[in-house]
Amino acid sequence: MDPMVLIAALYVFALAAFLGYQVISRVPPLLHTPLMSATNAISGISLVGSLVIAGAYRFDLQKLLAGGSGAHASWATLMGFVAVFTATVNVVSGFGLTDRMLKMFRKDIKKKEAAK
Amino acid sequence: MDTQAIQHVVQSPNYILEFTYLIASILFIWGLKSLSHPDTARQGMHLAEAGMAAAILGTLFHHDIHFFGWIIAGLILGSMVGAAFAIWVPMTAMPQRTALSHAFGAVAAALVGIAEFTMHAGTMSMFTRSALGLEVMLGTLTTTGSLIACGKLQGFIRGTPVQFKGQQLLNLLIFVGMIGCFGHVLYDPLASGYFYGMVALGFLFGVMLVIPIGSADMPVVMSLLNSYAGLSSAATGFVLGNNILIIAGTLDGFSGFILSILMCKAMNRSITNVLFGGFGSVHHEAGPGATGEMREISLEDAAVRLAYAGKVVFVPGYGLATAQAQHAVRDLANALEARGVTVKYGIHPVAGRMPGHMNVLLAEANVPYGDLYEMETINPELDSTDVAVVVGANDVVNPDARDNPNSPIAGMPIIEVDKAKTVIVLKRGQGRGFSGLENPLFFKQNTSMLYGDAKNTLSQLAQEVKNV
Repeated sequence: MDPMVLIAALYVFALAAFLGYQVISRVPPLLHTPLMSATNAISGISLVGSLVIAGAYRFDLQKLLAGGSGAHASWATLMGFVAVFTATVNVVSGFGLTDRMLKMFRKDIKKKEAAK
Repeated sequence: MDTQAIQHVVQSPNYILEFTYLIASILFIWGLKSLSHPDTARQGMHLAEAGMAAAILGTLFHHDIHFFGWIIAGLILGSMVGAAFAIWVPMTAMPQRTALSHAFGAVAAALVGIAEFTMHAGTMSMFTRSALGLEVMLGTLTTTGSLIACGKLQGFIRGTPVQFKGQQLLNLLIFVGMIGCFGHVLYDPLASGYFYGMVALGFLFGVMLVIPIGSADMPVVMSLLNSYAGLSSAATGFVLGNNILIIAGTLDGFSGFILSILMCKAMNRSITNVLFGGFGSVHHEAGPGATGEMREISLEDAAVRLAYAGKVVFVPGYGLATAQAQHAVRDLANALEARGVTVKYGIHPVAGRMPGHMNVLLAEANVPYGDLYEMETINPELDSTDVAVVVGANDVVNPDARDNPNSPIAGMPIIEVDKAKTVIVLKRGQGRGFSGLENPLFFKQNTSMLYGDAKNTLSQLAQEVKNV
């Protein structure tokens, strides 16, 4: 990696850490379970790395079975596929469950019930 | 604007992709910020979802992607399984599902790292290799660690800590071996034997790390694994030179880290103590105090006492989740509120098996979040509470933590239900609960025990209250 790119990446890391600390400290304990589920879904962004690996190389079953260094690309594709699968599960279930939970947190249930 | 510049942007999909990632990163942070209040949370998360969708779609146009078969298969299968989880996982099973998702996130990061290594080991810089090593080590140990945690929470594996002589020495050896392999790969990128050795030791270390930890400590473990999974994603970002991965992974990692600290504080223990203490395995004889007779109360008496109270505070614990009694609590609360009784809920930070679990369960049962009180807020109110009802909680209301400096949980902040005028404890049997500690609360003068399945008991109480 180019040293300048590396420095820039370290800047991003440091700032994200600081920002993360500030933002997440403000989440009330009430919402800690949705928080965990949400950050989980968000870190499912590692999917973008998996996608590139799963789609970069030609998968060749014969080469895979033959083994050796010729099989590397096919192995990488398979690993990329599994990673795409697990990361997608996290993204979809993470956001889905977060939303399902957040829907349940209501302030005005009593008023609604009284109105009925 | 210079037309050439515009053309340049149009012709280079990478700039568009980078810009998409930038927008997505901002939306992610915005989404997390919206979680600071339940009223704004949903909307903010929708923005984060939009950011995610944009980032994924944009990546499909990445110039390194040439074959779409496996990608589409993975996306479709993953979406189906993910949607099934999102729709059908019951709220009581959130801890297991969260542990499983940490494993899934970590295995994705680890696999990306391994694949990168097999393809590009020779051409990587030293820095990239060290990031890759961190990614793979954190990824592998989080994968198996989270699977064990998930198994313990689901009941596939016994929740009691597994400990044996020389365990810590063995763990240390595994750890040193893993780091040694990592060090070797740093200096000799073509030593793939050492790399796969590191992978194997990482998986093994994850198992060893979690088996000695008891179920009651799961909130801390879950948060820590959350942190590792996030940091592993961030390391992937360094390997691939991808900022959005660094940002999202760091946010996830820090969220887990902050939660771990909060959970440790709520138990007055250090992280090392949780990881290596093997709490709950030792049968402490915590001196005298925990003797006397437990007084049982009949359903009818309990109902009368509740019905004529001015203020009732419910204190739920993991037992509420195992008995799936959240709706029954709400029914009873409704019946009481119909009679003009004030009902509040006191939530201990480590009640349940993951941070915030009790809040979600009660919200599911239509309890408005304004009635859910944190420990610090409810404690001063307990003096003026007529009846405190403990539902399947034990350690978080154990007065020994406050009064007995020799207790293993000494110094842990508790919900001081013993200060209420009377206490009713709903409990399955006379056992000691997960930590194996005797609870003096149960022997106090103003405490009455109501044995049985929490859900049944609460439903019957609700009926009785209506008949009073």
